[in-house]
Amino acid sequence: MDPDLSAPHSMGTTIIGVTYDGGVVLGADSRTSTGMYVANRASDKITQLTDNVYVCRSGSAADSQILSDYVRYFLNQHTIQLGQPATVKVAANLVRLFSYQNKNMLQTGLIIGGWDKYEGGQIYSVPLGGTVLKQPFTIGGSGSSYLYGFFDQAWKDGMSKDEAEKLVVKAVSLAIARDGASGGVVRTVTINAEGVTRNFYSGNSLPLWHEELEPRNSMLDILLSGASPEPMSI
Amino acid sequence: MAGSYGSTLRYKNVERIKSIGKHTLLGASGEVSDFQEILRYLDELIIYDDMWDDGNSLGPKEVHNYLTRVMYNRRNKFDPLFNSLVVGGVKNGQKYLGMVGMIGTHYEDNHVATGFGNHLARPLMRAEWHEDMSFEEAVKLLEKCLLVLLYRDRSAINKFQIAKITEVGVTISEPYALKTFWGFLAFQNPTKGAEGSW
Repeated sequence: MDPDLSAPHSMGTTIIGVTYDGGVVLGADSRTSTGMYVANRASDKITQLTDNVYVCRSGSAADSQILSDYVRYFLNQHTIQLGQPATVKVAANLVRLFSYQNKNMLQTGLIIGGWDKYEGGQIYSVPLGGTVLKQPFTIGGSGSSYLYGFFDQAWKDGMSKDEAEKLVVKAVSLAIARDGASGGVVRTVTINAEGVTRNFYSGNSLPLWHEELEPRNSMLDILLSGASPEPMSI
Repeated sequence: MAGSYGSTLRYKNVERIKSIGKHTLLGASGEVSDFQEILRYLDELIIYDDMWDDGNSLGPKEVHNYLTRVMYNRRNKFDPLFNSLVVGGVKNGQKYLGMVGMIGTHYEDNHVATGFGNHLARPLMRAEWHEDMSFEEAVKLLEKCLLVLLYRDRSAINKFQIAKITEVGVTISEPYALKTFWGFLAFQNPTKGAEGSW
């Protein structure tokens, strides 16, 4: 089975946006694939639009990048003209305009999340056709299929920042366990009145799920070794 | 050890290495149902051979040849078995290692691989394999290959088995996971200074 290395780059992906009491938490995996090959195992799918608004990208890597570039450009102009930070609603609507008006050409699902002084933390879902929906939480990307049941059970209103972040990390990690198109590390971005915080949860620090095993340095170890592996060298 | 269902990693405990008779190990990638069918064919082959009770038993060369014929014949009927197979073993002190693909492509070498392994593992093995490696060296080389494949093949999961066959006998290891490395500085904030890129 020859890998199709000229297949368009798609971010199979798991992306999540969750509001909590005071702000939002955005989460994503880090796998970008070309067919069955993992082109980038540590991608950053949570992209900045303004100081206070970020977007989670899924679907075609090219489409989502160019769309977010355009939106960032126009939002930047808008911020200057307005004289104050753009609101999350305006950012979401701009994304919608691009998504909807070019729906025949684009293949990207996005989650906009941010904080502004008027409405606090907000999450907007902009799936494939250009619909906009404001939601307390939303999931997207191919890995999200495995999370509908999980969120039905685990989501509750009025969570704290730590609860929300833990939920997001757990969810992305569960999706990575079952979706071949998602993988790598879990990145989160938390946005609130205080500002923006980026976090990084790497493979070894994520919990183990059903039929997953504790990683070891080698089969040759009889006891669990404490040391981490070195980066590869030839 | 993965059994995928499209892009879903559906089954995470599939044993893809089996021992055949006394002298052979068979590893398979691709469609699990076809591999199970192949195991049934080989079972029949081994049993009928054993019934002769003549002291002879089929070795890895014979198993490899048989599988090549099976795969190629199915290919000719436009009804292939969707597997790539690795056949290895020792008989009368002679080591043997070969590969058969779903269209009947077959060869014998000191190191073989299937699927993505052809692109990622074989170059590593070409560089580092040498005659008279110790078991430890061989395991280290295999694990190096397995790790690259875990990073770069979408259908891979962090669960492996390594099997060894010698004149004395067969051992197939218990499933185990490898530690992965994510500590590159560049992984922390890859889009710093280039917002909107990867």
